[in-house]
Amino acid sequence: METLLIDLKSQILELAPEFLQFPLGHMLSIVPVISVFASLFALTTWVERKGLGRIQNRLGPNRVGPVGILQPMADGLKMIFKEDIVPRSADKVVHFLAPILLVIPTMLALSVIPYGEQLVPIDLDAGILFFFAIGGAAELIVFMAGWSRRNKYAMLGAMRAIAQMISYEVPLILSSIVVIMMAGSLSLVDIVASQSGAFWNWHVATPWGFAGFLIFLTAALAESNRSPFDIPEAESEIIAGHMTEYSGFKYALFFLAEYLGLFAMTGLAITLFLGGFHAPLPFLDFIPAPFWFFGKFAFLIALFIWIRGTLPRLRMDQLMGFAWKFLLPMTLITFAAGATWHYAGHGILGWILCTPMVAVPYVVLGRALTKGQNIKKRVYRFAD
Amino acid sequence: MSLAFVIVSLITLIGAIGALAFRQIVHSVLCLAITFTGVAMLYLQLGAQFLGFAQFLVYIGAVTILILFAILLTKNSGPTMSTSPFSSGIGSGLLVGGSVLACLFWAILRTSGLNPTPVADPNATVKAIGLALMSHYVLPLEVIALLLTAAMIGAIVIAMNESKLNETKGKPSSPTKGQG
Repeated sequence: METLLIDLKSQILELAPEFLQFPLGHMLSIVPVISVFASLFALTTWVERKGLGRIQNRLGPNRVGPVGILQPMADGLKMIFKEDIVPRSADKVVHFLAPILLVIPTMLALSVIPYGEQLVPIDLDAGILFFFAIGGAAELIVFMAGWSRRNKYAMLGAMRAIAQMISYEVPLILSSIVVIMMAGSLSLVDIVASQSGAFWNWHVATPWGFAGFLIFLTAALAESNRSPFDIPEAESEIIAGHMTEYSGFKYALFFLAEYLGLFAMTGLAITLFLGGFHAPLPFLDFIPAPFWFFGKFAFLIALFIWIRGTLPRLRMDQLMGFAWKFLLPMTLITFAAGATWHYAGHGILGWILCTPMVAVPYVVLGRALTKGQNIKKRVYRFAD
Repeated sequence: MSLAFVIVSLITLIGAIGALAFRQIVHSVLCLAITFTGVAMLYLQLGAQFLGFAQFLVYIGAVTILILFAILLTKNSGPTMSTSPFSSGIGSGLLVGGSVLACLFWAILRTSGLNPTPVADPNATVKAIGLALMSHYVLPLEVIALLLTAAMIGAIVIAMNESKLNETKGKPSSPTKGQG
């Protein structure tokens, strides 16, 4: 199937006249990325609402289409036809630009991830650097969104969002640096190639990789403002954070950007730790690579929805403390564990040396940070 | 001069002009971000991938945000009230700016050939830069790392709550204004 897509692209290109080939070739790489992930966004919102409904013992969307599957389309239509309100005190240009600009970095980030052996929209020498560089623009755009209306809640929400994104960017980048160190390349294609073979070659199947994967997932959740780290848009405190007073399709664009950001992070997590598009066992290679990639993708998205339905929201100080006092030291320890693994030869000795290196600090740090805090099982008095 | 170069230069220049011209200081910062993006794109166009991405990561992701935070924490950061875009020191400004421009022109005109023969692309892949940083330039790298760590510790000490600082010294805590 992989070669089928590539063949299709080259066939179309042959039909086109000479001067159109260059733009058309790029269009044929860009358009699938945009359309596939935009439709995945629609599907994910439905799955999420259904899943959350199941967890919370209710039905979820069930009116539009069979089992409510057409709900995203109804929502989209509603968003398009809604009145677009711009507050009188708002900075019109910045207010208009912020939601549009926010979609661009996430789309660009999605375009460097390898979805198959040859299915790489843009193969860059420093792909992972590009991913993080382009992700850094999101903070500025969130500020634009929060500042443009001169609204206290929006400004506070934007400040929370920026503080959170900057704090969690540190463990996010550091935990992927361990993988770069072990794979010896900044190219995402090379990083995937270093995990070929069976699932025990994946980076997650090593002590440092397992710890790094968990840190990366936590930081990715926080980066994309997902529950339990959704403090920037905590409805009970600051309305909708930087999205307050946005209506209609601009609001939908914020949601699109948020989910695309989550997709990009998930894609990077798969590429770095879960073997990318490789099958878990060699004899399963007859199933094309994109299926494996999107299978892992669906698994991680389901995990995120489960987490959202399970965990309560953190407090601001807990959030910051968790990033700087727990995640950051743990990433530095995974560095050391990775180096030990490299020099101990990737075998039994590595396991014996590295597992305590990661596990002991985890337990000690966790105990030290929760010491003195009164943490007990919550007793429900009325809802049992 | 390719079309891409013209477009990228225009973006950079328009951003720079905007950064100077806007009254609202936040607008100026956003225009500055456009300029930084333009410079990053210029690097990318020259084939310096690492430099371009690093420029983007550091200047857009960190420096602009830092400037914004500094502005928001400053009093009277609203639009400037002066009616004239020129300050009172326009004479000395013109003198300094003009002499710099003249120096640059003199230096450019003195160079022997404005159209040098194209040299071979230097080996500036990310891997080569990384290896150079880790072998030949490892000492400067470590010195910079030490300097940055010292600066960070200094910033934390400055930002520390004053009463807490006094407690650690064993002095009675004095009521300070900025507590809480």
